Amino acid sequence: MIEITNLSKNFGKMPALRSVNLTFSKGECVALIGPNGCGKTTLIKSILSMVIPSEGKIAVFGESITNNFAYRRHIGYMPQIGRYPDNMTIRQVIDMVKDIRASTTKNRDIATDESLIEDFHLAGMEDKRMRTLSGGTTQKVSATLAFLFKPEIIILDEPTAGLDPLSSEVLKDKILTEKQNGKLTLITSHLLSELDDLVTSIVFMQDGAVRFHKSVDDLKNFTGEEKISKAIATILKNQSHE
Amino acid sequence: MNRIITYIVLNIVRSNIVVVYTLLLAALSWGIFSVEDNTSKGILTLLNVILLTVPLVSLIFSTIYLYNSSEFIELLLSQPIRRSTIWWSLFWGLTLSMQLAFLLGAGIPIYVYAPPDVGLIMIAMGLCITAVFVSIAFLSAILTRDKAKGIGIAIMAWLFFALMFDGLVLFLLFQFADYPIEKIMVGITALNPIDLARVLILLHIDVSAMMGYTGAIFKDFFGTTLGMIIALGILLLWVAVPYTVSLMKFNKKDL
Amino acid sequence: MVVHAGHYKEGNIIIARSITFIGLGRPVIDGQRKSEVISIKAPYVTMRGFKVIRSGYATLNDPCGIKVYDSHDVTIIDNIVDDTFFGIYLQYCRKCVVKNNRITAYGIEEQQIGNGIHCWKSDSLQIIGNTISGHRDGIYFEFVTNSVIWRNVSTANIRYGLHFMFSNSDAYISNVFKNNGAGVAVMFTHKVKMFGNTFIENWGDAAYGLMLKEISDSYIIGNRFSRNTSGIYMEGTSRILVEKNIFGSNGWGMKIQANCMDNTIAGNNFISNTFDVATNGSLVLNTFNGNYWDKYEGYDLDKNGTGDVPYHPLSIFSVIVEKNPPAMLLFRSFMVSLLDKSEKMMPSLTPDNFIDTLPRMHALPL
Repeated sequence: MIEITNLSKNFGKMPALRSVNLTFSKGECVALIGPNGCGKTTLIKSILSMVIPSEGKIAVFGESITNNFAYRRHIGYMPQIGRYPDNMTIRQVIDMVKDIRASTTKNRDIATDESLIEDFHLAGMEDKRMRTLSGGTTQKVSATLAFLFKPEIIILDEPTAGLDPLSSEVLKDKILTEKQNGKLTLITSHLLSELDDLVTSIVFMQDGAVRFHKSVDDLKNFTGEEKISKAIATILKNQSHE
Repeated sequence: MNRIITYIVLNIVRSNIVVVYTLLLAALSWGIFSVEDNTSKGILTLLNVILLTVPLVSLIFSTIYLYNSSEFIELLLSQPIRRSTIWWSLFWGLTLSMQLAFLLGAGIPIYVYAPPDVGLIMIAMGLCITAVFVSIAFLSAILTRDKAKGIGIAIMAWLFFALMFDGLVLFLLFQFADYPIEKIMVGITALNPIDLARVLILLHIDVSAMMGYTGAIFKDFFGTTLGMIIALGILLLWVAVPYTVSLMKFNKKDL
Repeated sequence: MVVHAGHYKEGNIIIARSITFIGLGRPVIDGQRKSEVISIKAPYVTMRGFKVIRSGYATLNDPCGIKVYDSHDVTIIDNIVDDTFFGIYLQYCRKCVVKNNRITAYGIEEQQIGNGIHCWKSDSLQIIGNTISGHRDGIYFEFVTNSVIWRNVSTANIRYGLHFMFSNSDAYISNVFKNNGAGVAVMFTHKVKMFGNTFIENWGDAAYGLMLKEISDSYIIGNRFSRNTSGIYMEGTSRILVEKNIFGSNGWGMKIQANCMDNTIAGNNFISNTFDVATNGSLVLNTFNGNYWDKYEGYDLDKNGTGDVPYHPLSIFSVIVEKNPPAMLLFRSFMVSLLDKSEKMMPSLTPDNFIDTLPRMHALPL
């Protein structure tokens, strides 16, 4: 579903991505991990065209995303820190996004999925203005928006940061359900333990380059470890010995 | 009007600063006209409001708004919407809101008190100047990621157009007083949207002086329909050029 | 002699006897663009009720609608003069009356049209209630003395509404001069009285409501100057009293050249002028007193109706524009307002004795 070929990005002279090649397909749940500043967010933003690549190309459903905007109808995105117009209420933000989305297509009735509103217990606070919300609640709104249009591809940037454990579980359940529906999910996180039962493959990035891209099963078999975090630690150790 | 513009306008109109701006303009305008028994003096004070306050507020508010809505822009960018559509919507959202504030705050008292032709040109110029400085705000906001720097650029732009430019022109006038520079001066005036708006308004307030002494310059250029169209065209360029440059930069910008 | 209605093409009609020449039903006398139409060469002639049209057009012998030669006690009244080179022409006349005539021409260029009422080397004339438009000068006086010009309306003439030279001891009263190419010019004359006239909408590079050149011992009282490029322009005038006039919405209320002296400008209203006063030098030999200036920002603590601080009617920008006309481009810009304000507080470029010491707080009821 997503094909990334030779993607490089420089911010000024600083390379943020160095010829990244990745392919993600249907039903996968990919964890993008790596230390801070390794290029995870840049990669995600490149897929969303929020960052314009210096070199290389990205295709979504076979369509190049260069000078293309329509492909984003397939993607739901939850940013690391979501900020919304201060004066609007939660309901207004959701309605606005729906309204704006509807205005981009001829077909005015888009199927939406607002189940997260219930699951996050947002329903009672829909009339609160965005500026009065806590960080966690804002994250819940962001998550709701990411799943709102039943996208084929879901991109979550540090989704559980700021969420309480209960809500994290809700979100994980949601991701799991969508995975079973055959959606592609990309998650960045540096809390590996959180991803154990979710992810099907792992992309480890360092200094803007992909160190490895392996399925979880391969990873576990290869290292003989049960926990993903341990498996990664082992593999990194091995690589540095080579 | 597309949906995004509607939402931006609704959002801005609700913000305190625009309400304060509207009330400030209203208080100034109604105040001036009711205190002065001489309408023409009130008009002159309002002229300065249009030439100084309107550009300043349009410029600074729009710049800050753009910086503060980076997340909102991200939210929109994750939707299947063209970048140019987003930028365009932001521009019109801001312009229309500021113009609305101007119309409600200053437009109504001008309409009530000023003679029709003077009032009309003042309101038209107020609207034009608003659009021009919103456009310049877009350019200054896109030139740098740093909010403080961006606002700095905006303030410098305002100082330049409102004050320094005229000082420069005055200096040139004296330096080249012995040469026939009237036409060149008209050309130079067109380089500053505030000056252009001022001259167009002056042609209606100080009609006797403007049509006379320096008649050759004013009457033959700004006084004619063609001149008026050219002047308006230049003002439009002042809206279009900074906006287009900022759009080109925005299309390539990493968020 | 009574002429009945009709269209007469008689060529040049010469009136050589003292007759009363009356048109009934407004007979038309047509000069067919060939010659002068009516020539009056006798005294005690009265001409009334005609329509005189289409005189010849030539610049050499100045063909007229009605011309009076070396005569006296001639009365020209209630006639219409249309499309003639000169309208009514009086030379070497005394005690003549030109009254209630309507004189219209359609001139485009100054050189190709004559004057409406042209008076030369005459005395004791009365020019009353005529309406003149489209000529070179509406009314032209040269070497005419002891005469009165009263209640005429002179509009849209190519050069001056009234052109007045070497004509001492005349008075013109309650006339309207509107939208003439260069306003009204009064030159090289003394003892002129200008009362209650209206000068409006005389716009142009060298247009003045009233232009005074080398005038002395005269009175300008109770006139109204509105929407002119300059209300009054004075050059080389002395001992003139300018009093109780209204200067409203002019580009310049008064332009007083530095070679004017001993003039008194008192008790006038200056309202909504772009500039109230301008001058070209630093010498001040004229007196301003007790005028109302709407730009005055002083106070009146003793409530006597007179401001407690003097008013400087001369703005620095008017001085700048005088030297450098294109600077008008910067008028009312913030820069210039700053300049004006600081100059008002500490005069440096403008003469500091150019003041009205008794500025009025309220407009005079004029």
